Amino acid sequence: MSLFSSKDLKLLTNPLNMNNPITIQVLGICSALAVTVKLEPAVVMSVSVLFVLALANVIISLLRNTIPTRIRIIVQLVVIASLVIVVDQVLKAFVYDVSKQLSVFVGLIITNCIIMGRLEAFALGNKPWPAFLDGVGNAAGYGVILIVVAFFRELLGSGTIWGFQVIPEGFYEMGYANNGLMILPPMALIVVGIIIWIQRARSRDLIES
Amino acid sequence: MEELLNIFVKSIFIDNMIFAYFLGMCSYLAVSKTVETSTGLGIAVIFVLGITVPVNYLIENFLLKKGALDWIMGDAAKDIDLSFLSFIMFIAVIASMVQLVEMIVEKVSPTLYANLGIFLPLIAVNCAILGGALFMQEREYNSIAEASVFALGSGVGWFLAVVGVAAIREKIRYSNVPAPLRGLGITFIVTGLMGIAFMSFMGINL
Repeated sequence: MSLFSSKDLKLLTNPLNMNNPITIQVLGICSALAVTVKLEPAVVMSVSVLFVLALANVIISLLRNTIPTRIRIIVQLVVIASLVIVVDQVLKAFVYDVSKQLSVFVGLIITNCIIMGRLEAFALGNKPWPAFLDGVGNAAGYGVILIVVAFFRELLGSGTIWGFQVIPEGFYEMGYANNGLMILPPMALIVVGIIIWIQRARSRDLIES
Repeated sequence: MEELLNIFVKSIFIDNMIFAYFLGMCSYLAVSKTVETSTGLGIAVIFVLGITVPVNYLIENFLLKKGALDWIMGDAAKDIDLSFLSFIMFIAVIASMVQLVEMIVEKVSPTLYANLGIFLPLIAVNCAILGGALFMQEREYNSIAEASVFALGSGVGWFLAVVGVAAIREKIRYSNVPAPLRGLGITFIVTGLMGIAFMSFMGINL
């Protein structure tokens, strides 16, 4: 445990629940919802964001004393955009199908508010190692929501998980039908709304007045 | 002409930036508390989209696309494909255009600046703007007119969505929403329901 002090551990675990980037900080909704029709693109998207956020946090944290405050947004955008280009090229080379499904949303990691938000709020004022942990933690918190939403949308919308049929044929014969609405974009919003509802009902101090 | 009108209507209602692609949700959730501020941001988005997408269209078609450099280098450029640079080019164009627009608006129309001023810098990192540029690239519009019409339509769609939700949120303040759902949660669900309403436009073709 010498690697993680309790403060470091907090950086990692806090964003998973009590300070979740999507449901509490309201960052990065843009790309979060569109990729959650199926589980596979959601996982690929989470891993991409994890890579970009962790590295961008480290790079900006290393540069934090040399960046003039007035042009920091441009500097951040350049760092993020270069990392996203790397991710995009890797995805195109190894998982072409998924990269086609994600279409513009890989590029949109650049303007994903999670990344800018964490760079501004954390990396600019902290050392590289905590910044790295913060990046990993927040990307994981983002990934958790994505995966939960994608799990339910794929299960209820197509009856599959990761492309495998999980709802037995017998159910369909008895009259069960896939809920086509779950595949459509608006249901992503409603599922996230329900997740927020459950989370806030469980920890009352998160409730907005 | 018909084609242009078709693209315009489609980008407002069917491919709505918020309801179909969730672009620009962060600023959308942040400003949609009152109709007044969301009108300001909505106009700023139409404005910036209308400028950046055509500029990015020119960059894409005369610099980045495969064989796009023909017009300066002739046949030698046939195999040059710079499209992997498009992300960084687009975001650079957007960031600098936003800065430029901010300065021009400040000079030309101080009243407009007073209304839009605080929103303009926010827009540089609004996913809807970069999303507009990337969709323009993906859908391969034939002419700059099509690209501009698409940009304006998307902007208008975003404007409609944000103003509509802001109006609902103003009213909902007087309703008895379950406590854990208050604020963010109910906004998500309202947006989802509006999205379902917008889906009835699907299939419209002029």
